[in-house]
Amino acid sequence: MTLTAADVAEIMRIVETSKFDELNLEIDGIKLTLRREGASGKFARDATQSGLNETGAPAAAGPVAAGPVAAGSVAAGPIVSGPADANLRDITSPMLGTFYRAPKPGSAPFVEIGSVVKEDSVIAIIEVMKLMNTVRAGVKGVITEILPADETLVEFGQILMRARKDA
Amino acid sequence: MAIRRILIANRGEIAARIIRTCRALDIETVLAVSSADRDSEPARQADRVVCIGPARSTDSYLNAAAIVHAAVATGADAIHPGYGFLSERAILPQLCATAGIVFIGPTADQLAAVGDKLRARAEAEAAGVPVVPGGAANSRAEAQSLARTITAPLLVKAVGGGGGRGLKRVARVEDLPEMLDLAAAEAGAAFGDARIYLEHYIEHGRHVEVQVLGDGEGRVIQLGERDCSVQRRYQKLIEETPAPGLAAHLRHSLQQAAVRFAERLHYRGAGTVEFIVDTRREAFYFLEMNARIQVEHPVTEAVTGVDLIAEQIAIADGSGLRLRQSDVRPMGCAIECRINAEDYRHDFRPSPGRVREVSWPCAAGIRVDTHVVAGSSIPPFYDSLIAKIIAKSGDRATALAHLRGAIAATRINGVESNLGFHAAALADAEFQRGGVDTGFVERLFARRPDLCGQGAAGASHG
Repeated sequence: MTLTAADVAEIMRIVETSKFDELNLEIDGIKLTLRREGASGKFARDATQSGLNETGAPAAAGPVAAGPVAAGSVAAGPIVSGPADANLRDITSPMLGTFYRAPKPGSAPFVEIGSVVKEDSVIAIIEVMKLMNTVRAGVKGVITEILPADETLVEFGQILMRARKDA
Repeated sequence: MAIRRILIANRGEIAARIIRTCRALDIETVLAVSSADRDSEPARQADRVVCIGPARSTDSYLNAAAIVHAAVATGADAIHPGYGFLSERAILPQLCATAGIVFIGPTADQLAAVGDKLRARAEAEAAGVPVVPGGAANSRAEAQSLARTITAPLLVKAVGGGGGRGLKRVARVEDLPEMLDLAAAEAGAAFGDARIYLEHYIEHGRHVEVQVLGDGEGRVIQLGERDCSVQRRYQKLIEETPAPGLAAHLRHSLQQAAVRFAERLHYRGAGTVEFIVDTRREAFYFLEMNARIQVEHPVTEAVTGVDLIAEQIAIADGSGLRLRQSDVRPMGCAIECRINAEDYRHDFRPSPGRVREVSWPCAAGIRVDTHVVAGSSIPPFYDSLIAKIIAKSGDRATALAHLRGAIAATRINGVESNLGFHAAALADAEFQRGGVDTGFVERLFARRPDLCGQGAAGASHG
């Protein structure tokens, strides 16, 4: 069995109307990955159609700064609920260990609130029994929140930071 | 006591069991959990919970660095490893030593000595403890020559194995060569050590083990034996003490052999020396030592009144042995059934899921060690033990009757369990007579075809 273009279109339609965000399908060596950005996917398209900026800010949320949005205004702004939250990403700890915000004592932290990060940007170090492990953002966007205090124990899966993902 | 806070590096019923003793001793508990066990009953019972990694045990319960780091960061004085997982890996006491944390268990050297099964055999021989005819098989030629000396049937064992894992039975010497390569490959993959050794396979053997406690200075006491002959594929299902029908001189010799072995190692903490008893020859042989608390420890506790976890903690804390041999006076009989979430009608396949409803027996002389309550999740990542039901009475027949009543009163809905198997085993005339050998489960299924799903068990018990 192989997938025809019509099959793929049909699968896309099913995923689009389902409550699932992602589908991974493997048939006879064909790999199909469909990803839906949840509500944000739909919303982003609406926003673009409305001719708004590309930050994913909702059309209904009142005045929105043109061009790149400063992180501080995003975090503190009136946009607190609704579709905009869908762009917030939790960055969780990949392991248990001691959380360090800076590469060494006294030096500047890897990131601050408002820092622009890419997927591979280092945002912290987790030390486990003297072994230093770098943590990367895993998301392209702006850091909006840093949760644990510096040099404290973080658990596996604990939220380290939140970032507003670029739309 | 100097130990005020213990990190428990385990899960399931043994985590709940350790928490119970810690509470009685007014010791705080930190439970290290994987993300799959965050909402478990032991996590609810512990004073503090830290998530050390994802569900996969290699990244959580087997992650020694994360566990020791968690102990230091949460201010724990000591780590209790439970059984399985890291309990017998030298890396945990080694890391504990560098971090200034007390390891509740033997020394790293003792773990290495009994973990290498060939070295353990050599130690047994040096202690004057009989070992099963066998030895190293470093080459095909050596294996063939050894096999002819010790005669078939044979067991091919992994030097780094133990606990019933890494065993292969060979019926005829001619079948040995092809099994050697397979066994070595499997041992390498499973234990990171491809070395194998051969032993003569003793048919009609009984599995009898002796509980010991050592102070680490050369003083060792024994707390009687346990008969664990009701096994399937080398995994124990029912354990009891004392071993029924064992001749007094054999019982005494076994106990003394276990003490000699542990004394030779200057063993520290709680351990179990396992033997196979050849019922036809009235002889016994050393199998291995388990350097940790064992699943079936409650039957020993039931008849001796000793809290083995408390003694482990006391020894680790430097209090030495608080009991003399003459203080240990086992009274009565105790029998334990391991309740597993597995479908005994279909080859004992695991049955993970969510327990909708559960009702454990509650009666005088019945003890239930479990971490499972209504709503508990049985994750698919770990072993399927959900409870141990233990009956204790003055005599075996009464203990057995109470245990049958307790099994009948137990209800587990939502996952499959082996309760039906236990009901059949305890009702079986051969088990009731006592002193069964390790072939009992196979014979039970042969006698009771109604215990099997369609055609499932015939192949599995061969």
